[in-house]
Amino acid sequence: MKTQSLVAIDDLSRQQILDLLERARYFEENPNSKLLDGRVVATLFFEPSTRTRLSFETAVNRLGGRVIGFSDAATSSTSKGETLKDTIKMVSNYADLIVMRHFLEGAARYATEVTDTPIVNAGDGANQHPSQTMLDLYSILKTQGTLENLTITMVGDLKYGRTVHSLLQALRFFNPTFNFVSCSELRMPEQYRQLCDELGIKYTEHTEFSPEVINESDIIYMTRVQRERFSDIMEYERVKDLYSLRADMLVDAKPTVRILHPLPRVNEINIDVDDTPQAYYFEQARNGVFARQAIITNALGIDPLKA
Amino acid sequence: MNTSKNKLAVAALAAGTVIDHIPSKALFRAVHILGIENMDNAVTIGNNLQSTDLGAKGIIKVEGVEFDRETLNRIAIVAPSATVNIIRDYAVADKHPVELPSTLIGTVRCPNPKCITNNEPMKTRFDVTEPETPQLCCHYCHTFVSGDKAEII
Repeated sequence: MKTQSLVAIDDLSRQQILDLLERARYFEENPNSKLLDGRVVATLFFEPSTRTRLSFETAVNRLGGRVIGFSDAATSSTSKGETLKDTIKMVSNYADLIVMRHFLEGAARYATEVTDTPIVNAGDGANQHPSQTMLDLYSILKTQGTLENLTITMVGDLKYGRTVHSLLQALRFFNPTFNFVSCSELRMPEQYRQLCDELGIKYTEHTEFSPEVINESDIIYMTRVQRERFSDIMEYERVKDLYSLRADMLVDAKPTVRILHPLPRVNEINIDVDDTPQAYYFEQARNGVFARQAIITNALGIDPLKA
Repeated sequence: MNTSKNKLAVAALAAGTVIDHIPSKALFRAVHILGIENMDNAVTIGNNLQSTDLGAKGIIKVEGVEFDRETLNRIAIVAPSATVNIIRDYAVADKHPVELPSTLIGTVRCPNPKCITNNEPMKTRFDVTEPETPQLCCHYCHTFVSGDKAEII
């Protein structure tokens, strides 16, 4: 039985991504099982993230495993000055798998270097959040029937939004065409545009969230534009509503287009979109449990199809 | 001893190390990497000397010391064009360019204050993504830093 940590989406090959998505599909059909009977999973949340933690803990519970952990660093020994290394080594003695979220970037990678217990990264600062990417991919696959040759439009904060960066990296295997829609202050960073150039991935940058862009999209991935990202508050006030989606903007969109959002949303998706058939963000969150069941069993070396 | 003292001091080295072809801007960072500030050996540092390749170059001569390869290769972070001459008995015994290793451990500080390496008692680790520039990438937080801006520990 081979255990395997999951730290970053770009550690995964095309085949590993497809295998995880196949597993997620299996768990959607068979959500409850005893695959983790007798196993203990630690969820160490050094920064609070209720949605992600509940999703992981639901996944473990539906697989029949037990959960230990903490939901805030204030209630752990970190507040007493314990190093991350010591916390991880200590918890490794208790648990079969560690799911961790940390406010420092690179924390999960470092954790894999101090223990043999598999680590699943549930977000490390602005760096990586691979389970979010897996649920995004699963949502795309489920709604489009394929990951190949899709036109993906990413909207909002493309500079700091780690979800769009990770999604871009994962989709590099599937011949996507990207539309990057943002104000100049929040445009897609050079390293990701460069990656597209190197791999021959087609992309276009737009400052306007125009009907042409919307109507050619298979997936519209919305993100939140946050005030604290702006050095110039006037600029924020100018652009904050430029990248909001309303139902009337979807009238000529492909009937198959789906709107994704990592949530929580504020005003970047008007609530009138919720009632359109294109809205998919709530189902997307539900897919998170299946994607995480896939990640957890894979990390523990358990194959549900052979168990 | 009729030769000018000035020329003698720069040119003649009985034994030691000469690091040549350092871009002028990188000279004092190279000095820092070698830890010359804290040495008692005779050291000659020249800067803004004419160079056909670099325009202006710097040179460092250290009497009586042969630095190990690892130390010398760290100079490649700030001066990938530098060359090393090992002098024994007034003659060049060995000459080679500095070579940047593919991974730098405990050498460069990550500029990202939220990187785990700046918050845990641990060694930094950078992967060299482009050896020519050079461009470095933090193994932990994926922050990119170019060699000419890297803070050497």
